[in-house]
Parts: sequence; structure tokens; C-alpha cells
Amino acid sequence: MNKPSQQFEKAALLHLRAAYNLARWLVRDEHVAQDMVQEAYLRAIKYSSGFNGDDIRPWILGIVRNTCYTWLQSNRSGEAILEFDENLDSDAYHSMNGSMTNNPEALLLSKQEGSRVNAAIAMLAPVFREVLVLRELEGLTYEEIATVAGIPAGTVMSRLARARTMLRAELNKEQQ
Amino acid sequence: MKLKEDAELSRLIQAEATYYEAPQQLRDKIAATLGGVALPEAEHKKNVASEWHRWLGMGVAFACGVIFSIAVLFFHGETETQNRIASQVVAGHVRSLMLAHLSDVVSTDQHTVKPWFSGKLDYSPPVKNLSSDGFELVGGRLDYMDERPVAALVYQHQLHTINVFVWPVRDASITAQSSMVLQGFNIIAWQNGGMQYWAVSDLNNTDLKQFADLLGK
Repeated sequence: MNKPSQQFEKAALLHLRAAYNLARWLVRDEHVAQDMVQEAYLRAIKYSSGFNGDDIRPWILGIVRNTCYTWLQSNRSGEAILEFDENLDSDAYHSMNGSMTNNPEALLLSKQEGSRVNAAIAMLAPVFREVLVLRELEGLTYEEIATVAGIPAGTVMSRLARARTMLRAELNKEQQ
Repeated sequence: MKLKEDAELSRLIQAEATYYEAPQQLRDKIAATLGGVALPEAEHKKNVASEWHRWLGMGVAFACGVIFSIAVLFFHGETETQNRIASQVVAGHVRSLMLAHLSDVVSTDQHTVKPWFSGKLDYSPPVKNLSSDGFELVGGRLDYMDERPVAALVYQHQLHTINVFVWPVRDASITAQSSMVLQGFNIIAWQNGGMQYWAVSDLNNTDLKQFADLLGK
């Protein structure tokens, strides 16, 4: 029999990567994101008995998500409205992996592209940003995203569609 | 290029959007937190014992460093000097434990551990084998505290690791046995035979006190 604590410990570490990526995309600050993940993990440990052992990933990401939302509500009350802060996303630009090419021109272009996509995603309201990140970067299913965000799967689909429409509009607009 | 299809957009996002990697620092913290909370089972221990020890050790080191600095401040009041020592203590500990070495000499035999220190220290720390009482000596290592190399003895009780730091008393700072709790770690400090002892563990205070009593005899 698998002991929940062991299982929890292993799984929790396994999903730390996804947890941080989600938090980082939601709060858009690396230090706050680290705090969020830590806080979420402490909560998760506290409530780990409530974890039934099926699939820990959506469960733990849901805690991370809710922790981030609590923070957003008290620290970024304007976050619900679309906003864009170039400075906040400049580090995303720097952390792009530079190993793809040594050609400076191509590197610059790829960085610009990365920066543009990052910026466009960052512009989306958190509810749209999270579905996009979970779907495209984490490859979660609609059902899993529904668990994370605490919404019906149908809402996940409509939010994802809206997020894509907005993102597409933004990217197409910028390109012209 | 006009982005029309979802698939096209997905490819673009996957290729261009940043996947933020969790910093090692965060991984360390989380692992330490988990290690301190979820006690591994025996079978589990076999697989991850070294990892677990590493994190636990690091936690202990941090706690010990912090506690030591606070305790030292408390007992001495020589703020400036003690702050300096405290930061050395923390730095030294973290460094040694980051290299995942809890013990430089791994032995359950006090006659191996004790001689190992000679030539490395200008004093001979008392090393006792308390395995008959359930506190198994697992090894020792050198550490640096209070501007001097000190002996660190490592004991194991069930799944709990106990670190005991021993060095000669410089002044009569600690006389009676004193217990402290910081960040969930229990610390007991005492002095005996011209040596000061600092025992730190995630073990409960009763058991740690029993350990301190046995070692301090």
C-alpha cells in the first residue's frame, strides 16, 4: 500500500516545475511566485489528507492558483482589467533560451518573437492567462484545467477560445 | 503571417512563450519543507535516505545557525561579535551540508569517530556510543563555529538525525541545560567537563532531553 505522505512528497516535488511556471505567469514576479509556491505547498501539506491519490497535479496546481489569486486580489486590484507592463516582461525576454542559435540576427528575432508572445499572454486577464498557460505550456486536459480553476469544463473551453481570440488579435495587430 | 488556426497559435505559444523554470533555491526550500513534514517509511528511506538526510541536515543547519546566533545573543549580549559568529555559523553549516555531507567519518564506532578528530582539533570531543539506548552514532564531521573548528557528532534516533556540536567553553555562558525550539527544531544546550554541547534535531523535546542527559553524563 502506498503511504499518502510518501506519494504526496514525491508527487509534490514532481509538479514543482508546473507549479512555479503557473505562479510565475499569474503573479508575474519571480520572488512573489516563489513565495506563492511555498505558501501553496505548505497549504497542500496541511491538507494532504484530503488528497485522494488519484491525480495530484490538478489538485496541487489548484492550490497554487488560489494562493496566487488571493495575492492578486490584495496586491494588484487592477489586475482584472487588461494591462500590460513592459518591465514586468523584460525578464521573460532575458530568460529565453539562447542556445537555439548562435546567429545574432536570428537570436534577436527569436527573442523579439518570444518577447512579443510573452507580452501578449501577459496582457490577458488572469482567468484567460491561466487557461492558456495550463493548456499550451502544461498540456493539461480541459477536465484537469477545470479542476485547477474550479470551473466547469465548458467554461474552460469558452475561456480558452476567448483567450486565443484575444491573443491572436494582439499578435496580428502588432505584426502589421 | 496571419494567425488563423488554433493549432498554429498553439505551436507559436509552445515555441515562443517562456516556460519559467523553478529556481533551485525554491526546490531546496520545498524539499526541506517536505522532508521535515512527511517522514519517510523504512522502505522509502532506503531509496532516498541520502536525499532526505541532505535536506534534513540543511534544515537542521539553518535552524541551528539561527538558534545558535539567537542563543548566543541572548546569553552574551555582545551583539556585534555574536552577529559575526552567527553568520559564520550559518554560512559554514550551509556550505558543508550543501555538499550533502553530514559526516566526514562514517562510523557507528566511537573508537573510530573519536580518534578521527585528533589532529583536526586541538581538543578531543567526548564521543559516546548510545546505541543501546536507541541513539545510534552514525558519524562525525568538522564544522566551524565561534571562530574555531568544532566537532559535529551525528546521531540517529529512529528516523531522526541529531547533530551535536561540541567545543570547549570559552566563558561560562551556558551552565544549566537549556532547551529551545525554533522553526520546529528542538535544541538543547549544556556544558559539561569544560565543553559546551549543542544538540539539535527534529526529534521531540522529551527524547532529545533523554539524549542530552545520556550524552551529558
